[in-house]
Amino acid sequence: MTATEDLTPAAAVTSASAPLPEDAERVYRREDSAVLRMSEAEVAQLAIDAPAEALATNTDERTIMNMGPSHPSTHGVLRLVLELEGEVVKRSKPVVGYLHTGMEKTAEDLTYLQGSTNVTRMDYASPLFSELAFSLATEQLLDVEIPERATWIRMLMCELNRMSSHLLFMATNGMDLGAVSMMIYGWREREEVLRFFEMVTGLRMNHNYIRPGGVAADLPDGWRDEVLRLLEMIPPRLEEYDILMTGQPIWRERLQGVGVLNSTEALALGATGPILRSTGYAWDLRRDDPYLAYDQVDFDVIVGTYGDCFDRYAIRLNEIRESMRIVRQCLDKMPSGDFRVQDKKVTPPPRARIDESMEALIHHFKIFTEGFKVPEGEVYVAVESPRGELGCYIVSDGGPKPYRMHVRGPSFINLQTLPHLMYDGLLADGVAVISSVDPIMGEVDR
Amino acid sequence: MFAGLDPLFLNGVTLEVFIIVLVKVVISFSVLLVSVMLMVWFERKLVSDMQNRIGPNRAGPWGILQTLADGIKLFFKEDLQPDASDPFVFKLAPYLSLVPAFLTFAIIPIGGNFKDKDGIITLPDWLGGESTYLQLADPPVGILLFLAMSSIAVYGVMLAGWASGSKYPLLGSVRASAQMVSYEAALGLALATIFLQSRSLSTHDIVADQAGAGWLGIVPHWNVIVTGFVPFVVFLIAATAELNRPPFDLVEAEQELVGGFHTEYSSIRFAMFFLAEFMNTVTLSAIMVTLFFGGPSGPILIDSIDWVFPIFWFLLKLFAFLFTFVWFRATLPRFRYDQLMDLGWKVLIPISLGWFLFLAARNVLADRNWNVGILLGVTLAIFMVGGLLLMGAIKSAAEQRELEETRF
Repeated sequence: MTATEDLTPAAAVTSASAPLPEDAERVYRREDSAVLRMSEAEVAQLAIDAPAEALATNTDERTIMNMGPSHPSTHGVLRLVLELEGEVVKRSKPVVGYLHTGMEKTAEDLTYLQGSTNVTRMDYASPLFSELAFSLATEQLLDVEIPERATWIRMLMCELNRMSSHLLFMATNGMDLGAVSMMIYGWREREEVLRFFEMVTGLRMNHNYIRPGGVAADLPDGWRDEVLRLLEMIPPRLEEYDILMTGQPIWRERLQGVGVLNSTEALALGATGPILRSTGYAWDLRRDDPYLAYDQVDFDVIVGTYGDCFDRYAIRLNEIRESMRIVRQCLDKMPSGDFRVQDKKVTPPPRARIDESMEALIHHFKIFTEGFKVPEGEVYVAVESPRGELGCYIVSDGGPKPYRMHVRGPSFINLQTLPHLMYDGLLADGVAVISSVDPIMGEVDR
Repeated sequence: MFAGLDPLFLNGVTLEVFIIVLVKVVISFSVLLVSVMLMVWFERKLVSDMQNRIGPNRAGPWGILQTLADGIKLFFKEDLQPDASDPFVFKLAPYLSLVPAFLTFAIIPIGGNFKDKDGIITLPDWLGGESTYLQLADPPVGILLFLAMSSIAVYGVMLAGWASGSKYPLLGSVRASAQMVSYEAALGLALATIFLQSRSLSTHDIVADQAGAGWLGIVPHWNVIVTGFVPFVVFLIAATAELNRPPFDLVEAEQELVGGFHTEYSSIRFAMFFLAEFMNTVTLSAIMVTLFFGGPSGPILIDSIDWVFPIFWFLLKLFAFLFTFVWFRATLPRFRYDQLMDLGWKVLIPISLGWFLFLAARNVLADRNWNVGILLGVTLAIFMVGGLLLMGAIKSAAEQRELEETRF
């Protein structure tokens, strides 16, 4: 299929030169997982309507298999209902919601200051990005300009987080394909990054570090050396990955040509991030809709050609390298100054001021009990998370809590590509596909 | 002189002979069990070293008793049996896996001076002064017993998956039967070159044939060199597949099929599969040492204790293979089912078949004094033509499949 053609299987059929008889189209739609966008009832009807002999050829030999929600390679609690013909996946349907905790609803009960503790728990592999999107949205509503140093700290931390997230992908991708050692190596490098996070934010995950108005604390003494140590340590390790995986014939066999998507399909399904870029469509919010100070740093947007699992793997591997480039520039350009906005209405006063100033104490008390009020309005802010476009939509009614908060979780939307990627592949390919989509279930279910 | 017959039985079966055989049975049984225990520990420890972690280190010194602890734990766990399972076959399957694993080891010569004494060990007089081979049995069918046993073991895996009455194990067992059956063909063809070389099926004769120095007096006369490496490489790959070890562990591919064929097994029945798997690893390594690396042969440094060195060399070679298997596991990603089949049928079997024919021609050449140049030329030509034909067939099959799959 060329990129200009329409993309849904049914539409592709109709756009072909000879129109199809209706029965054949029914069978085709049933085959080609297009039905996954219908309800179960419709699907059942479709099966009934189709001519018996057309369906009899393959339906009877099919197995319905349930993969998950507790399965070693569904990355948490993703559940897939697969329809297999032998070991070939004919239909698949992701079932989500096993980790649903109502975070978006919870956000309506939390002040803007508490909000980042909530969103940070969504994408637990890259928590800083959720915090960033939430904070940027809040700041846009508040109409405050955050200090330059805070911007650069955010950028530094986010790029490091992108590295840790992609390293985690390297680990799980290796493990899913049976290269179990890779899992440990990936975790090992990620741990080094997390160690830096712990040094800066006090926690390895769920940092609550990026907050509306800036960041929670300034970078600690010696941070520069730590970052330099990371930048020195990781490149040779990535080269080891290249030896262990990229050049590995079995690895290439397993990933090349598996789970292919073209850019029209990817766009129609709303896929973003490495999945979209793997199809050759260079879309990266950092470059195309710069936030923070991404317009002041120099980096490449990595794109693939074939849109297969190998491209997605290679993109992530190289994005780690690009992130390191950005981190290096952050080191060079890190300005001095405040790490959070000095707006008394938004930022709690420093601890020392509380002991000597009654006003500071009142401010502190007000901000932490009632919260600061945010002007009425609605806003959507998107950032490029390691998994794609992570958006935060906030409606404010003028109170100290969001009237409504919605997060566009890239994992959730990317998950839609699964049935298309898995169609007509083997079960083992399915595992490779899930892995290469890299869904984080915390973000999917929220 | 006594080819194919253990000198132990030359004077009829007396009580002494019976006791010796019994002792051999007990020894090989317990050696195998202990070696499996150590193998599990060794594998875990080595993999953890390669993966930058510590590995078992609680039970006993360096965690060496971890396997024992695991075994005891498994013993006391509840033995679950799914409702949908076939009770009899479900219970039978672990034994079908375990028993062949034990039996194969019987034909492995684990010691004996093959240089001067044809592998015969003579017991000291105070023990009866009997002479015997250091292997439990040396049946004339020899290595065919190994093939037979590994075929039976396939049933264990296959029936386990089928009898579980569950989908993941079923997929695992379908994979298993296809995989093991097709790799057995490559395995058998690689073995055939050994028979051609040693002109015998008996493991003892095969080892005796490899004893002594070959080329230049330094290079050993091992089959791995004599048969030109190719059968060995084929055998090693096919053996890995036969063992269901990474990168061919599709049968129990954890990331796809959870536990594969033994998903529904628990307690001691699971332990039996586990045991059988590692036992097969040890046994197949021993088979490879026997067939390709001269078994226990090696330099004997002190003549007065000439029975020690062969055992030592045997264990050393065995260890090298066990290490290789663990190394595979730590390094390689898993094959996909169809790729595995492609590798088996389109690469390994043609190569080993071609090589077998080549070796056969070489043997005829030695007998009839044919011209070496012509033989090599003809062989090369046939290989090229055969290869091209094969590639053409694969290509047209792929095109055909693509044509069939084009819908509407």
